[in-house]
This record gives sequence, C-alpha cells and structure tokens, in this order.
Amino acid sequence: MANFYTDNPDLKLHLSHPLMRKIVELKERNYTEAEKFDYAPINYEDALDNYDKVLEIVGELCGGVIADNAEGVDHEGPVVENGRVTYASGTQANLDACRKAGLMGMSMPRRFGGLNFPITPYIMAADIVSRADTGFENLWGLQDCAETLYEFGNEDQKARFIPRVCAGETMSMDLTEPDAGSDLQSVMLKATEQPDGTWRLNGVKRFITNGDSDIHLVLARSEDGTKDGRGLSMFIYDKRDGGVNVRRIENKMGIKGSPTCELVYKNAKAELCGSRRLGLIKYVMALMNGARLGIAAQSVGVSEIAYREALAYAKDRKQFGKAIIEFPAVYEMLAVMKAKLDASRSLLYETSRFVDMYKVYEDIAKERSLTPDERAEMKKYSKLADACTPLVKGLGSEYCNQNAYDCIQIHGGSGFMKDYACERVYRDARITSIYEGTTQLQVVAAIRHVFTGTYKTLMDGYAEESVSEKLQPLMARAAKMVEAYEKAVATVAAVKDNQAYGDFMARRLVEMAGDTIMTYLLITDASRYESESMAKSALVYCNLAEAEVAKHSEFIATFNPSDLDSYKA
Amino acid sequence: MSLNIVVLAKQVPDTRNVGKDAMKEDGTINRAALPAIFNPEDLNALEQALRLKDANPGSTVTLLTMGLPRAAEIIREAIYRGADAGIVLTDRTLGGADTLATSYSLAQAVKKFGNYDIILGGRQAIDGDTAQVGPQIAEKLGLPQVTYAEDILDLKDGYVTVKRRLESGVETVKAPLPCVVTVNGSAAECRPRNARRVMRYKYAVSPSEKAKLAPEILAIVERRPELNLQEWSAAYVEADPDQIGLAGSPTKVKAIENVVFTAKESRCLDNSDEHIEGLIKELIANHTIG
Repeated sequence: MANFYTDNPDLKLHLSHPLMRKIVELKERNYTEAEKFDYAPINYEDALDNYDKVLEIVGELCGGVIADNAEGVDHEGPVVENGRVTYASGTQANLDACRKAGLMGMSMPRRFGGLNFPITPYIMAADIVSRADTGFENLWGLQDCAETLYEFGNEDQKARFIPRVCAGETMSMDLTEPDAGSDLQSVMLKATEQPDGTWRLNGVKRFITNGDSDIHLVLARSEDGTKDGRGLSMFIYDKRDGGVNVRRIENKMGIKGSPTCELVYKNAKAELCGSRRLGLIKYVMALMNGARLGIAAQSVGVSEIAYREALAYAKDRKQFGKAIIEFPAVYEMLAVMKAKLDASRSLLYETSRFVDMYKVYEDIAKERSLTPDERAEMKKYSKLADACTPLVKGLGSEYCNQNAYDCIQIHGGSGFMKDYACERVYRDARITSIYEGTTQLQVVAAIRHVFTGTYKTLMDGYAEESVSEKLQPLMARAAKMVEAYEKAVATVAAVKDNQAYGDFMARRLVEMAGDTIMTYLLITDASRYESESMAKSALVYCNLAEAEVAKHSEFIATFNPSDLDSYKA
Repeated sequence: MSLNIVVLAKQVPDTRNVGKDAMKEDGTINRAALPAIFNPEDLNALEQALRLKDANPGSTVTLLTMGLPRAAEIIREAIYRGADAGIVLTDRTLGGADTLATSYSLAQAVKKFGNYDIILGGRQAIDGDTAQVGPQIAEKLGLPQVTYAEDILDLKDGYVTVKRRLESGVETVKAPLPCVVTVNGSAAECRPRNARRVMRYKYAVSPSEKAKLAPEILAIVERRPELNLQEWSAAYVEADPDQIGLAGSPTKVKAIENVVFTAKESRCLDNSDEHIEGLIKELIANHTIG
C-alpha cells in the first residue's frame, strides 16, 4: 500500500533543517514536558523521531483510505437537509480515520489533548493530505482555527473548546458575507450583547467552508453604527447551542467534498473571543495568516499529485513507437513541473519555520518575559513570516494551477475526459489562488516587503550560505537576479506620486522576489541535503526564474507610466 | 463486564509482493527477501478485539505471537492500534513447527496465560494459508470454535454471537465463552495506528531487544512497566519438547515447484453425498489425494 510520506524522501529532508533543532527545543521548553506526559520527547532526536512516525501514519492513511476515497467523494459530494450537512461517505470515513489516528489538534499543547507539534510537521501533514484529497485537506486543516482560539481565547474558553478539537470535532471560520469577500471590513453580521454577558448573532454568512462545523469562529459587528473593521469582533459559536442553520451548499467546480455553506444566524448564542473591536484587525489577520500557510501547503500537495500523475502517464503512454516522456517537449514540461513543485515546497517549509520561530516565542512570552535577544529574534522571524506567507501562498497556488494545467496537457485527449485523476486535480487546484485572499491580494500583502527590503535581506542571507562546489555557478546566477531585482525596484520607486503605477508593477516585483528567493532556497536545500533531485530542480528552476526575472526587468525598464491609461477598460 | 481478550497473531513475510527469490532451494520461505508484516487477517481479528474492548470498558487485549524475537514488532504495532500488552513465544526449539506443533505451543501459552474470556485470531496466515492453527488451538483447549467470523454482533451473559461469512452466504451463530473465533478478511479493517500511542509506546521492547537500547532509552523502559513486553520460552509454557518445533511436526515438505495456474474450467458442486463421493473418487483416480 502506498505511503505518501515515505514515498517522498524530500519531506523527511525538509524536516531535518538545522533551524528545527532550535524550534523544537523552544517548543518543548527544553524537553521538560517529558516529565509530565509519557508521549513527550526527551530530546531533539526523540522529537524528530516522533514527527517521522506520526507523519508515517499520515502518509499511510493518505496513500490508502483518503486517496482511495477521493474519486467517490468528488462524485458524491456533501448534501444539506433540514439545515444540516451530511458529508460524502468517503469524507466521513476519512474524518473517522483521522480521529482514530489522533491527527486532530496536532499543534495544540498537550495539556489540552494536542500533540504539541511545531507548525512545520503539521504543515507537512497538510501537504501530504492535500496530495491525497485536496478538498479533504480543508476539513482536516481547519483544525488550525484552534491556533487562533489558543492565542486569543481566555483560559476557560481554551479549556472548554480546544480538547474537543483535539478529540476530532471540526471547526470553521465564518468570515465572508454576500457583500464582504475580499473586503472584510464590510462585514454586517450583527452581534448583540445580552445582560448575562453572552451575545446573540443575527445575519447571513456565505461561502463558509465546513459551515456546519462543531465550533465556529465568527466575525461580526459588535459596535452598533460602525462601518469599518474597527467595529468588528470575533465570536465563538458552539453548534451544541443551536441557532445557525445551513441554508444551502454551493455547487462548486472543485474541492467538491468540502461543503461550502450559506449560513443563517437566528439569535444564535455566541461568546466573545478576545477583546471587542480587535476581531478583524488582530484576530482574523492572525487566523488568515495561518490559513494562508495552510493553502500554500494545499497548493504544494496539488503540485505533487499533478506532477506524479503526469509523470506516470508520460512513462506509460507510447506514441511514435516510444514513451512520450522521451520527447523533449514532454520532458521539459515535466522538469519544469518538478522544479515549480520543489521550489514552492522549499519556500513552504522555510516559511513554516519562520512562523514556528515567532509563534513559539509569542507562546513563551505568556509564561515569562523574553530576554532582549529573544524579543529581537521573535520580531525578526515575525517579519520574515509576514513577508514569506503571501509569497508562498500567492506563487505556490499559481504554480499548482500551472502544474495541473500541464498535467492535463501531458495526458492529451485522455486528460480532457473524466477517466483520469488529472481532471479532478485541475478543478481542485483552481480555488487555491482565490480563497484566503486572491493572488492579487497576496501581492498587496507582499509588496511592502519589496520596498522595506525584507526580501532583499533574505536574499543577502542566502547569498552568504556556503554551498557545494557543483552548485556555486547557480549561486552566481542567483546573485545576478538579485541585481536585476534591485534595479527594477529602484525604477518603480523612482516614479513618485503615482499609486496606480506602483500597484500595476507590484505583481512583477513580487514575482521577481519570489523567483529569486526560491532559486536560492532550492540551491541551498540541494546542497545541504546533498539531494541529486533537488540539485536538478535547482538548475531547471534557475533557468526558468532567470528568464522570468529578465522578462519582468525588461517590462519595467521600458514601460512608460503614462501608458497605463491604455490598460483601462 | 470487563473481558480478558487474547489475540493470536503472526508476523509473516509479505507474500503479496512475491519476487523470484521468495523461496529457497530447500523449499522453505526466504524470509530475508520479503518484508515482515502483521498478518492481514490477524489485523481484522485485532479490530474485533478492540471493538469488544470499546464496548466493555476495563477489558484488556493481549497479543500472543509465536516467532522470532523480532516478532515483538507486531506487538508494538498492535499496541499502537489499541492493544494493551503482548507476549512473544520464542525459543530455538520452537523453530520449524508445522500447524500441529504451532497450535500445541500456542495452546500451552494460552493455558499459561489463563483467565481468558475469548481468543481471537485471523482466519489464516498469508504464508502457509492453512487456516488450521486457530481451530487446532480450540481443540487442544477443549473450547468451542467459530471460524470465518465477519462481525461479532454481541457478547453478553457468557455467550458471543457471531456473523460468519460462508461461501454460500451468511450465518449467525452463538457460542458459549470462552471460545476461539477466527476472523475473516471481509471483516472490518483494523483501525489505524494512533499518533499519541505511537509516541507513548515506541520504546516498548521485549527482554531480548533491551540489550540494543541506548542508556537514556533504557532508563525510560525501566521506569515504565508498560513498555516491557513479555517473552516466553517453551519451558516457561511447559511444552513437551517432543511436541514442539521440527520434532513435533509430522508435516514434511517433499518437494516444491513453481506452478503456473492453468485452470481451464470450473465446476460447482454442492454438498450432497452424491457430489462429494463423485469428487473424492475423481481426486483419488487422478492421484491428487490418497
């Protein structure tokens, strides 16, 4: 039986990155939990072995149960009846298996019944789950709403809700409304405080993934008469209290197993999470950052399955007397798919390590005050995570779409039929560059790091890493890309007082940053892990990225800001 | 009520992925060429045992396996999935056993274990495919047996009700406890390994595995009794040396040959005397039996 973790040795390599030692040491408070919990690790090696063994369970479930159910789930889909959702039978079987395997609440502390895993191995599990069934990754991955509960809920709320998530109850984040999609400041769902301190919610939410979940985090307007984000608070709604019904579920193009719900709140009892007015500006921002990393992992999983399906078909399919993989037109496509897959995966785990580093410090800060060094480190990694999350979500989701497209192309006419998994992969991929913020919004989040120099700092750091002799020529080429990037940034920055021009060019600059950073990451990863396949991808990706950077450089250098009018409809 | 449940399991070579080197020249299995796995139908039996445990809080599930010391691997595997403890019956003198000697040895171990309410095992192991060991153990222990079990429907008042999957349909039978139930591959699949249990029990070892442990791990094992798996010898279970191992095995392998299946036709016979007699005569005539 296939195991989606052990059949992909790159995963274990990424798990062994040198920064992991520090992350785990901090996360395990220097391994003091082992005295209290018999499943806590006694040292770094023990912890890594735990991650390895648990990911092996994830890989086995994914390669068996979840991948086997994917097609049935896609055909069957969930249904809604009397306001309640029933999952497809395969989805239910997947959830049951994940619960029995204890794979819920993976990153939650042990005192709440979690596994106390860092974000990195958790994100790795998401990567694996997505390869098996992209839509199911949503349901399983919504466990990271518990992260937000843990960060901002009070002790009582944590103690009541988090153990339920760890035991397998599902969550949802109820943000979007008919008139508040990308613009969440316009959320209208009304929250009214009761004399007993609880709240009542009234209104409608739309496009809510897993909207019939057990525990909801809800963004609602608590401040009467306000119109912007500062009048919004976050609430916890417990399905056991009732008051929220599913009016309909959307008929979607892909990720069909994941129910997308329209919810009606009728005087639904809820409790405030955190402080009033911080719902959007603080909590949802944190929630979204976690969710974006989750979508990045989902995207990498899609790239993986797309590549594998395409590779298998290209080896099997014979035309003109040989397997089609023998033709340059086909093997180029496959090599580029693999390079995009490996590049986005390297950036995914780099980002997850950054997130791990700052989050673990934030958590420690709840127990004791941090030393100035620790505070500085937290700030540094928080900024890096903030810079890399939109990058990996934006570019990773675009790559998985490109890979899904090429996967069908390699299948030719057969790929257009419903007979192969690739058509499902293609449909499932499409949402990744839309939800949790479109690629265009990821650019908005990323562009400030172009101009404040966060990306440049990262590039400078990579440039100083020593790599094997074989990979040094690639390092030199990456350095040239940095020069081109800096020049383009300077060109755009030199045009003053023209917001539209800046916005117009932002995508190009962010892509150039991403191309360059991923080139460096692939080179350094290939060198550190002594991986032949990564070294191959590093070269292919460098060729690709270099050309992309040159293309954008050329465009930016020759573009006349006054031509912008010609682009307007 | 709480139950003492024994699950009989075997570590087997994974014959589902057989290559050319699967057999040695002498007709025995080349175990080195095949990965050792938990016999699939024993996993089905384990699931039934764990369901009984779920339904009867306070019950314990103990895995009993006979084999090389490394068979402790499947005990850990069972514990990861929810079993409580395990015993490896291992001894040089047990080697080379056929089903008769195996069932005798395991029956001795079950006797030694004592105080059992129900004994579950897979229908058959994928290496020998005999399906004899479970029933023979029942005979040796003087217990009722239910074979081809697909689902344990009920267990109360000293009886177990079992759905059996037969060639011609489904049969539901009731047997008094204690009894032996052998479980079919069509029964529910075993639950997955549980993440927390894997981390909690990954250092569970048998005495012969202890020697290889690093000092800091050994310290953990010494501190936590549940990490100590049992290893029983032939002498410990008071087995008669003449009835175990090669000495106790009347089965002798005469020759072994590669067979390519060339079945051309199939016939369906019912269990009437007429048909059975006809078949026996035919098989004697073509020297298949006799």
